Amino acid sequence: MNTKDQVKVPFVRIVKRDDISIRKSFLIYFVAIIASLVLCGIILFVLTGSSPGNVYMTIVRGAFGSQRKIWVTVRETTLLLGVALALTPAYKMKFWNIGGEGQILVGGIATAAVMIYCGNIMPTWLLFVSMIAASSLAGLIWGIIPAIFKAKWKTNETLFTLMLNYIAIQLTSFFTIFWESVKGSGSIGIINSKTKAGWLSTSFMSGIIGNYNFVLNVMIIFILSILMFIYLKYTKHGFELSVVGESENTAEYVGINVKKVIIRTMALSGALCGFIGFLIVSGSSHTISISTAANRGFTAIIVAWLAKFNPIFMFLISLLLIFMQQGASQIASDYNLNESANDVITGIILFFTLASGFFTNFRLIFGHSRKEE
Amino acid sequence: MDFIITVISKILTISFLSAAVVQGMPLLFGALGELITEKVGNLNLGIPGIMYMGGIGGLTGAFLYERYASNQVVILGLICAVVMSMLFSLAGGLIYSVLTITFRTNQNVTGLALTIFGIGIGNFIGSSLSRLAGTASQITVYTTGKAFKTTIPVLSDIPVMGPLLFSYGFLTYTAIILTIITAFILSKTNIGLNLRAAGENPAAMDAAGINITKYKYAATLIGAVISGLGGLHFVMEYVGGTWQNNGFGDRGWLSVALVIFALWKPIRALWGSMIFGGLYILYSYMPISGEIQELFKMLPYVVTVIVLIISSIKKKKENQPPASLGIPYFREER
Repeated sequence: MNTKDQVKVPFVRIVKRDDISIRKSFLIYFVAIIASLVLCGIILFVLTGSSPGNVYMTIVRGAFGSQRKIWVTVRETTLLLGVALALTPAYKMKFWNIGGEGQILVGGIATAAVMIYCGNIMPTWLLFVSMIAASSLAGLIWGIIPAIFKAKWKTNETLFTLMLNYIAIQLTSFFTIFWESVKGSGSIGIINSKTKAGWLSTSFMSGIIGNYNFVLNVMIIFILSILMFIYLKYTKHGFELSVVGESENTAEYVGINVKKVIIRTMALSGALCGFIGFLIVSGSSHTISISTAANRGFTAIIVAWLAKFNPIFMFLISLLLIFMQQGASQIASDYNLNESANDVITGIILFFTLASGFFTNFRLIFGHSRKEE
Repeated sequence: MDFIITVISKILTISFLSAAVVQGMPLLFGALGELITEKVGNLNLGIPGIMYMGGIGGLTGAFLYERYASNQVVILGLICAVVMSMLFSLAGGLIYSVLTITFRTNQNVTGLALTIFGIGIGNFIGSSLSRLAGTASQITVYTTGKAFKTTIPVLSDIPVMGPLLFSYGFLTYTAIILTIITAFILSKTNIGLNLRAAGENPAAMDAAGINITKYKYAATLIGAVISGLGGLHFVMEYVGGTWQNNGFGDRGWLSVALVIFALWKPIRALWGSMIFGGLYILYSYMPISGEIQELFKMLPYVVTVIVLIISSIKKKKENQPPASLGIPYFREER
């Protein structure tokens, strides 16, 4: 056959997969993660000049080297998981809530306000009820504003929620100066450091698992994951929001009130973010500053997305990211490098896992393929 | 009344107005890059990270030149800085475009990851570069920094007009010229028409036989390089050639905001950048206490939200975001 007669065949074609076995997609992600870890290892090894074995050992030591470090890793993992859970209903509805950062911060501000003004006058139970209510309400308001505009006028929610983050950050820095402990210090310090009023105390467990435990945070996030799983999978609300996410027209057609679902779901998502703000302020940092949310609102978006909203995957990805971050911080401090190394590492892992998502959704066909009908 | 008079008397000064222009320029670069990217339908939330990369790239270029070149010629250091800055931001743009265009990853997610990565790279290199190079001190490239600050001779000495119009480094004029060129290309040329079509209706463009992938790559990469120059402007012309961790702050997001404020029109971004620059520093010209100043700093974002809301309520066709913004194009998907 003359080659001129042949139809021009592209070197490689991309075809959408109909569906993929869980084992295979797991394998693809696994390979991607290993590849990213190898690359991170090489980079760290070039920067530090230490042997690769040493670098990886330092990473493990940074994340699990002491009881305290283990608890920090656990705390950070659960907080990141918590934010990812909070954002999940909105994403399932295809509502791009990039405002997690701001919703966490306003929740934190509300918690701090209750701690400061009511810490010494309320009984403990009432104090906690007010903190939780105030933080959730603040997050709810921050989340519901863009939702209302989206529902009514289709205002772009990605850009709207993004802007609200920075308004929340400025609000936080207003309050840090407003409440600052020493004039001109620009920081409010530890709230109620003497009375510990409003602290989510876990000292009752200190005899068993050490002083630095964050057992309550862990339990709350664990319960939250189960509730969220049930909410999304087995309730009418969860069904409605996933229909809206698939297609607003379909939802409209089957009689779902799309506007109501959008507003309701964002109210929930925002309130949960605010609640995480409470967990951070009352349960871990006991202070508030513009770094309280610490990029969790952004990282959690990627976690939720990568995990395809599955709580177990969300936990695993959070754990991987935090593990590498703690490890990179350890390397940075051991070798006197800047600790932004952990952001670089996070970025690399995310790029690899994101790219691997392509291979679970599409497959490549090189040249002619007989299999393709 | 007294308050208003004090404020006006402070704002209508040459020092405030020219400071607003200086503050506005990194935003203009960033917004221009983001605008070109968004025109082809790619919402690049990695721009803040790319701007950090552009900034640190420029600093690295100048640093390496000042350290290792035997015969120091200032103009070569300057070229080194510009080229390295462009290479760094090109690398950032490449990561984004390969992932979103070829691998079809979600744009928001990829952009955010790139921002985390880019800011990390900036801060990491910025505070480790001198240590890795074996010197103890902070990296500083004052010689090259000064070159970036060089103003137009003679003209800048004219009273009033001089400081207002001619007292800036060459990057400022580059930004303005680039904006005008972009506006011209987008509205008056075939390339511009194709670019806009790629963002409005990629399927139709594909059917017309135009290579969408090529346009998307080109626009995203050019956009990234232009945005990166904003970081360079900040590090060199504004700060004068040194690095401070997170010193660039939230200006990258402000650039994204500026695109919305400008309703995706380059010329609006030009004067918008000066308004944003003014709003950004307004607090320090106000006779108000520290905490209220912090509230003032949210002004650019509040203004952007208001513009976003009004433009979505009014629904004027020419003021909307590109129709396929944020949606990856895949021929087989209908």
